[in-house]
Amino acid sequence: MNKMYGLCFHAVRQTAGLKSSRLLQRRAFRVSTLHRQQPFDSTLEKPQFPGASAEFVDQLEFIEPNVISGIPVYRVMDRQGNIINPSQDPQLSKETVLNFYQKMTMLNTMDRILYESQRQGRISFYMTNYGEEGTHIGSAAALNPNDLVFGQYREAGVLMYRGFSLDHFMAQCYANADDLGKGRQMPVHYGSKDLNFVTISSPLATQIPQAAGAAYAVKRENSNRAVICYFGEGAASEGDAHAGFNFSATLECPLIFFCRNNGYAISTPTNEQYRGDGIAARGPGYGMLSIRVDGNDVFAVYNATKEARRRAVAENQPFLIEAMTYRIGHHSTSDDSSAYRSVDEVNYWDKQDHPISRLRHYMTARGWWSEDDERSWRKQSRKTVMEAFERAERRLKPNPELLFTDVYQEMTPQLNKQRESLWRHVQQYKEHYPLDLYDK
Amino acid sequence: MCQVSIKVCVRHLSDMFFFLAFICECLGPTQKMNLFQSVTSALDNTLASDPTAVIFGEDVAFGGVFRCTVGLRDKYGKDRVFNTPLCEQGIVGFGIGVAVAGATAIAEIQFADYIYPAFDQIVNEAAKYRYRSGNLFDCGNLTIRAPWGCVGHGSLYHSQSPEAFFAHCPGIKVVIPRGPVQAKGLLLSCISDKNPCIFFEPKILYRAAVEQVPVEPYTIPLSQAEVLQEGSDVTLVAWGTQIHVMREVANMAQEKLGVSCEVIDLQTILPWDTETVCKSVVKTGRLLISHEAPITGGFAAEISSTVQEECFLNLEAPISRVCGYDTPFPHIFEPFYIPDKWKCLEAIKRMINY
Repeated sequence: MNKMYGLCFHAVRQTAGLKSSRLLQRRAFRVSTLHRQQPFDSTLEKPQFPGASAEFVDQLEFIEPNVISGIPVYRVMDRQGNIINPSQDPQLSKETVLNFYQKMTMLNTMDRILYESQRQGRISFYMTNYGEEGTHIGSAAALNPNDLVFGQYREAGVLMYRGFSLDHFMAQCYANADDLGKGRQMPVHYGSKDLNFVTISSPLATQIPQAAGAAYAVKRENSNRAVICYFGEGAASEGDAHAGFNFSATLECPLIFFCRNNGYAISTPTNEQYRGDGIAARGPGYGMLSIRVDGNDVFAVYNATKEARRRAVAENQPFLIEAMTYRIGHHSTSDDSSAYRSVDEVNYWDKQDHPISRLRHYMTARGWWSEDDERSWRKQSRKTVMEAFERAERRLKPNPELLFTDVYQEMTPQLNKQRESLWRHVQQYKEHYPLDLYDK
Repeated sequence: MCQVSIKVCVRHLSDMFFFLAFICECLGPTQKMNLFQSVTSALDNTLASDPTAVIFGEDVAFGGVFRCTVGLRDKYGKDRVFNTPLCEQGIVGFGIGVAVAGATAIAEIQFADYIYPAFDQIVNEAAKYRYRSGNLFDCGNLTIRAPWGCVGHGSLYHSQSPEAFFAHCPGIKVVIPRGPVQAKGLLLSCISDKNPCIFFEPKILYRAAVEQVPVEPYTIPLSQAEVLQEGSDVTLVAWGTQIHVMREVANMAQEKLGVSCEVIDLQTILPWDTETVCKSVVKTGRLLISHEAPITGGFAAEISSTVQEECFLNLEAPISRVCGYDTPFPHIFEPFYIPDKWKCLEAIKRMINY
C-alpha cells in the first residue's frame, strides 16, 4: 500500500534564482508514507539517501536565494480599486462588499477613539490596526464562523467581522466588569469562545505551534473545520514559528498560516528581520504551499484565504499566506514611530495605497456608495463607537475576588488562604485601596 | 474509588532498596509491571476510554526510548500515537493547541533535561491559559510526561530533576511517583485533571521497580501527600526515587539510633499538601527534606520556609535539607553528589543531638 509520491524541487542552477511560480506548479505531490517503495540499490545511479529525493549533479554550484525578484504579489485590484483581471473578481454581492467596507471603517473609527482615550489616560494602553484592515476583513470573510482563530494582537478586524460587539471591545480595553476576560489582561488582548477566537497573549509566535495542535485535533474530529493562525513578519523569526510550520506540515494539519508583513516589528524594519525573500519563501522549505498577496487588496486576501481554506480542509495540509501591507500607525501607544521612519513614508501608504480607499473606489465605480453615504456612515459609526465608549467609561471594574479564580479549574487551599489574607488586609487598610471603582 | 494502601516489602536493587506498594483487592486483578509498563498501562487505559486522546513526542511511535509507549501505535492507530519533529517547544505548543481544541493531549519530552525549550510554552502559555482568558479557554487536557532524576551514569543532561523551576509557576501541576502503582494512579489523575500537568517519571525505576499493578484504571489523588510510615521523632519528606532512600534511612535510624521516623511522600510538588507535612512536624518537631536537585532554590527550600512559618514553636531543631550540591549533575562524581542514606542519617543524628 506504500503509495509513494514524488517530491520534486528543482535545484535551480541559473542565476535568476528560484522561479517560484514554476515551483508551485510542480509541487503537486506530498510524501504520504514513511517507507521507501524499493529497497536501497547501489547499482542505480540515483541517490539512495532516505533524507531527500533528488538527482546527482557533478557541478559545484550554490543555489542563489532570490530577493531581487522574489515570490510575486497576487492582487485583484490596482491601487485605484480597478479590477485588473476580471476572472479574479470574486464578484461578491453589494451587501457583502458594503459589509466589508463598514467593518473596516468601523474598526478604523474605534481605533481612533480608543487611541485617543489612552492619550487622555482613560485606558492604559492601545494598539491600532491602521493600514491592515484589509488583511483582517478579507481573511475573516473567507472563513467559516466556526473555524478557530489564533491571533497575535493586530487582528481586531477579524473579531469585528465575526460580530464582536463594540461593548465587548471596550470592556476588555477598560478592563471593566463586562470584560469576558475578567479584567486580567492589558487592552487589545481580546478573546471570544462564541466567536471561536482564542484569547490573545503577549508573547509572540506562541500561538503558531498551538494552532498546529488545534488543527490536528480538529482534523481528527472530521468536522470540516479549519484553523487560521495570524502573526507578523517579526514574530515569524521566533523559534515557535519554525516549530509550528514544521509540525503542521509533517503532521498534515488543516491550517492556514496568515503572515501580516507590515514592514516593521516595532522599530525594526524587514531588512533587519530577515535576509531571505520574506516569509512566503520559507514555506516551500517546510513542504508547504505558499503565496504572497497584496494585503491592502481585500479581494486578493479574500480569494487566497478562501482557496487555502478549501484545500487545507480537503487535503489536510497547511497553507502559508504572506499578506504584504504597511503598518500606518505606531506599534502601540508606547511607541512614537517618527523616531525611526519618515512622515513622508507613512503618508504614502495612508494616501496612495490604503485598503479602505481602494475598496471605496471599487464601490463608487459601481454606484454602490456615494459621498452622502460616506458622510452619514462616518457620522453614524462615530456615534455608535462614542456611545459604547461612554458606557464602558461608566462601568465598574470586576470584583477583586476575580484576582484569585481560574488559576486552576478549582480553588486551591493555598490560594484560598491568600485570598482571605488579602481581604483581611484590605478591611484594615481600606482607605488605601480604590474599592469604589470595583464591583462588589 | 478505593484508596491505595501501602505495606512495606523490601526488594534489593543494586545498592538501593526499593520499597514495594501493596494494594487492596478492590482495584481488581493485578499484573506484575515495572514502572515503564505501568505507564504503558495507564496510557493504554486512556486511549481505550477516551477517543480524543493522542500521544506524541520524539520516538514514541516505535515504543519510546524507555519503552513507555510500546504497542500503543499498533493497537490504537498512527493518528493517535505519533512522532513529532525534534522540537520541545513545538511538542508542548502543539500539545497546548490539541488541548485547547478539546482533545486529550499527552506529550512526551524525552528527558526532563530537555524541557527548557518548552519553558515559555509551559509557563507563559499553558499555566496562564485559563486565567488570562477569563476561563473562556484552557488547556486542562494537556499532560506532559518526562523521564526524571539520576540514573547512575546520566551526567549533566540525563539526570536532572527540574521540579523547582516549575513549582514557581501558578497554573500547572507537578507530580512525581515513587513506583509503578503510584505512577499509574497519579498519571491517570494527571490526565483526567482539568489543569495542565507535568508528570516526571524516575527513570532509574523504569526497569528496576516492579510491583503488582491493577490492570484496570484507577486514580490516586493529586495534592495529597502520603504518610508511608508513622513515627514520633523526625519527619522525613521526599518524592520519587529518594523515597526509597528515606525508607532505608528510617530503618537505619531505628536500628542504630533508636529514632522513630515518619516518612512522607509528597507526590504532588505543586500544589503541595502543606497540611499533611505540617501536621507531622507538629507531632515530631524535626524535619528532614531530601532531593537530588541542587539545594539552592530547590523545592526543599519552599517546604522549609512554609513549615517554619506554620510550626515554628514546635521545632526542636533547624529544618534540615539533604540535597544535591550547587553544581551541574556530574558524571564520574555521581556517588559523591547524590544525597545518599549516609548523608541523610548524619543529618538526622545532628537534629536529634541539637
